[in-house]
Amino acid sequence: MKAFTALFQALDATTSTQAKLAAVQAWLEAVPAADAAWGVFFLTGQKLPQRVPVAELKALAASEARIPAWLFDESYEAVGDLAETIALLLPAPQQPQAVPLHQLVEGQLLGLRTLDPASRAAVVRQVWCSLPSEQRLVWNKLVTGAFRVGVSRQLVLRALAAVTGLEVGTLAHRLMGGWKPSPTAWQSLIATDQSDARTGRPYPFCLAHPLEQPVAQLGPREAWQAEWKWDGIRAQLVCRGGTVQLWSRGDELISETFPELVAAGRHAFAEDLVLDGEVLVWRDGRPAGFGELQKRLGRKQVSPRLQASLPVVLLVYDLLERAGEDLRAQPLAVRRAALEQLMRDVVLPVSPLQLAPVLAAPDWPGLAAAREQSRAEGVEGLMLKRLDSPYAVGRARGDWWKWKVVPYTVDAVLVYAQRGHGRRANLYTDYTFAVWQGDALVPFAKAYSGLSDAEMREVDAFIRANTLERFGPVRTVAPGLVFEIAFEGLQLSTRHKSGIAVRFPRMVRLRRDKPPAEADRLEDIRAMLARTAC
Amino acid sequence: MDLVTLTEAGLYCPAGDFFIDPARPVARAVITHAHADHATTGHGAVLCSAEGAGITRLRVGPQPTLEALPWGEPRQIGDARVSLHPAGHILGSAQVRIEVAGEVWVASGDYKVEPDPTCTAFEPVQAHTFITESTFGLPVYRWPAQRQVVADMASWWQRNQAADRASVLFVYALGKAQRILAGLGTLLGDDCGPIVVHGAMTALTDAYRAAGVRLPQTSLVSALPKDFPWHQALVLAPPSAQGTPWMRRFGAYADAYASGWMLVRGQRRRRAVDRGFVLSDHADWPGLLQAIEATRAQRVLVTHGQVPVLVRWLAEQGLQAGALEAGYGGEQELETAVTVPDA
Repeated sequence: MKAFTALFQALDATTSTQAKLAAVQAWLEAVPAADAAWGVFFLTGQKLPQRVPVAELKALAASEARIPAWLFDESYEAVGDLAETIALLLPAPQQPQAVPLHQLVEGQLLGLRTLDPASRAAVVRQVWCSLPSEQRLVWNKLVTGAFRVGVSRQLVLRALAAVTGLEVGTLAHRLMGGWKPSPTAWQSLIATDQSDARTGRPYPFCLAHPLEQPVAQLGPREAWQAEWKWDGIRAQLVCRGGTVQLWSRGDELISETFPELVAAGRHAFAEDLVLDGEVLVWRDGRPAGFGELQKRLGRKQVSPRLQASLPVVLLVYDLLERAGEDLRAQPLAVRRAALEQLMRDVVLPVSPLQLAPVLAAPDWPGLAAAREQSRAEGVEGLMLKRLDSPYAVGRARGDWWKWKVVPYTVDAVLVYAQRGHGRRANLYTDYTFAVWQGDALVPFAKAYSGLSDAEMREVDAFIRANTLERFGPVRTVAPGLVFEIAFEGLQLSTRHKSGIAVRFPRMVRLRRDKPPAEADRLEDIRAMLARTAC
Repeated sequence: MDLVTLTEAGLYCPAGDFFIDPARPVARAVITHAHADHATTGHGAVLCSAEGAGITRLRVGPQPTLEALPWGEPRQIGDARVSLHPAGHILGSAQVRIEVAGEVWVASGDYKVEPDPTCTAFEPVQAHTFITESTFGLPVYRWPAQRQVVADMASWWQRNQAADRASVLFVYALGKAQRILAGLGTLLGDDCGPIVVHGAMTALTDAYRAAGVRLPQTSLVSALPKDFPWHQALVLAPPSAQGTPWMRRFGAYADAYASGWMLVRGQRRRRAVDRGFVLSDHADWPGLLQAIEATRAQRVLVTHGQVPVLVRWLAEQGLQAGALEAGYGGEQELETAVTVPDA
C-alpha cells in the first residue's frame, strides 16, 4: 500500500504526461505481481462497487474522530471529498504497519460487503489503525469506490507496454471482458505468447473525436463513409465457441439486459465473430430516444412485456472478427463489404440485429443537408469514418469523426447553487437554472461544466454575496446572473417540475449583457420541443 | 455590559471610544497587526504593539500619530484600561485586553499557538469574554510540525537545484515569507544558496530585519542581471505573481504554494502548482480550542472564518458562544464579484 500510495501522490502532484508515465513505469518495475495486478485494475479506472454504505462509513469516522455527526458533515462540505475528509479527521495511527496492496484488497476490502455492519466496522477500524495517514486516503477511496487519479487508461497501458515490451493493443484487449486481478491473471496479461487472442473478450472500442474544422478540410468525400450518429449504447456482440455475449463500451457485460439481442446472435451465427454497433429502442422504423432506452437499463429481470413495450435493436456498423480471424487491421471498406455480405446472407429481416445504413449523399454539401435532418431522424448528427482506416484502439485522431448537430441553447437564470467536489471543493460550482413561466422562475436544468476557473470564482463570489436562503448544502441565489445553456436533447417528463427533461446540459457562457427578465421562457422551450419530432 | 460591539466600521469599544482594526477611517484605532485587512489607512491616532510598530507604520501611512505599546503595559483610554499581548500570528501581532470596572475582554485579532521564530509567542490571557477568529475552525485542519514543513521545503529546493530548475514559492508577502526565510536560515545556515524575493516583499522583509529578526540574505529579483543562475535560486513571490510575465525570467521552474489551505487536496489542485506546503499563520482546530480554553472565558465571540461551526461547537461544550462577524478576509483569497447588469 505504501508504494501504491506514493504512486498516487506522484500522479496527483504533476500534470506532465511524461512524469506520470515515468512514475507508473517505475512503480510497475518495483512491485510484486499481486500488487501490480490490483494497481493496474484501479489505475485503468475499473471499480469495485462501494464496499461500505456511506452513512455507515461517516458514522464510523465521526465516532473514531470523536466529533458529532453535524461537525463531520461541515468538514465534508469544506473538503468536498469523503475519503479525504475521513483521512484528515482520524487520529494518528498508533502502530502503522506495512501492508501490501493485494493483501488489503483481498484480505479486507473484498469481504466487506458480505459482513454485518458491526464486523464491517471492526475491519475498517482495524485498517485505519494500521495505516499511516496518507495511505488511509487511498484506502478510503477504495472503500467508497471513488478511486480516481489523473491518469488515462491509455497512459497506464503505455507504461505497461514499455515495461513488458508488448503492444498497447494487445494489453488493452487482454484487459477487456471483466479482467480479474490475481498473480495468474497478471502473468497472462504480460505473457509474450499471443495465442490467447480468441477468448470471451470484446475488443477495445475505436472511438471518434468531435469534428471541429470545416468538413471540406477532410479532403474528398469519396474517402469517407458517412453514417448517422446514433444516440444509444455502444456495444460489441461477441460470438465465440457457441457462446454469445453483449459487452458495452464501459466494458460491462450487458447480455442479461438485452436477452433478445443475444438470442438473435445465437440464432443467426454459427461461426465465431465480433460485431460493433449501437443498442437502441426502435419503434416505427426510428430510434425512440435515449430516455426510452434508459427504462431498459439496470434491471435484473427483463420481462417479455418489457421487451415488447420497449423493443431494442442492435444496429451493426462494423465487423471486427470473422471465422476467428481478427479483421481490425483491414481497411474499413473491406470490413464494411464483409459486414454487408454477412448481414445479407445470414440475418433475417425481422431480426433485432440490423445493418446500420451508410449515407449516400455524394458530396459534403449533401451530407451537410442530411445532418440538418438529424433531429427529425432522432439521431445526434453524423459519423464520418475514413474508408481506408483500421479499427484503432481507443481515440486515434483523424480516422473517425463525430459531426454532431449544433446543440440547443437557452438563456436561463441561476437560482440554486451547491458546492463542488474535488478540485472545486469549497467553491459553488454546481448550479440549477430556471426559465420564466409567467412571473415565476421554474428550474429546468442543472449544469456543472463549461466555465473557466476564473469565471467559476467570479460566480462563486456572486453566489456568496447574493444568497437568499440556505438549505443544508444548497443556497438559493437571488436572480441576477443569466447563462447560455446548451444541451443535446429535449424530452417531455413527468418527473421534472418544468415538465421537460434535458440531455447533456452545459454552460456555454455567462451572459453579462442580459438581465434576468430577458431570459427565455418555458413556452420557448416547449416550442423547441414541438419542432423536434421525437 | 458589552465592552466590544460590532459597528459598520468594525469592532468598537464604547468605554474607551476606540475601534479595533476598523475597516474605515476613525479617530482612534487599536491595530492588532499589519495585514492589509486589519491595518487600514486614514485614522487619526493608532495604537499598536512596540514589536509591530515598524510594519504597522508601513501600512497605516505617515498621517496618524502612532503610539507603540510594549507587551503587557497598561494604557488608560477613556474608561477602559487597555494592554496588548502577543498573538503569535506575525511580527508584532497583538491581542487587545480591555478592562472596565473589573470586567475583562480580550480581542485576539488573528493568532496561532505554535512557535514562530519571527514573532513573540502567543500568550494566553485570562478573560471573561474572549473574541476569537475561526479561519480554520474545522477539525480537518491540523497542522504538521513547522520544522517538518520547512525541512520539506528545503529538500524540494535542493531537488530542483539538482534538476537545474528554479524553485518559485508563492507566499503571503507579510509574515509567512519572513517566517519561511527564518526557518530556512536556521535549518540550512546563512549559506543556503541564493534566495531572491519579489518587489512586494523587500520593504516588509527589511522592516523585519530592522525589528531585530534574523533572516538570511535576500536579493530583489528586479535588481539582478538577466543571466543570474535562477535555477539555483529559491524565489519568494506573492500569489498574485503566478502566471504573470514576471515569471518568464526564471526559465524552467517548479512552483509551490505555502498556505494552510494546502492541506486539502482539492485546493492544492485548484492552485495548479507543483507542490503545496501546509503552513499557516492561523491557529488550527486544536490550536483554537486550546487558546480558548486557556483564557478560561465563559463567553466566546467568534469573528471571521467558520463562525457558525465554532459557535455551535463551543455552545455544545457548555460555553456561552455567539457570532461577531467583522468583515476580515483572513487567509481567504480575495475575489472580485461579478457586476450584475441592471434589470
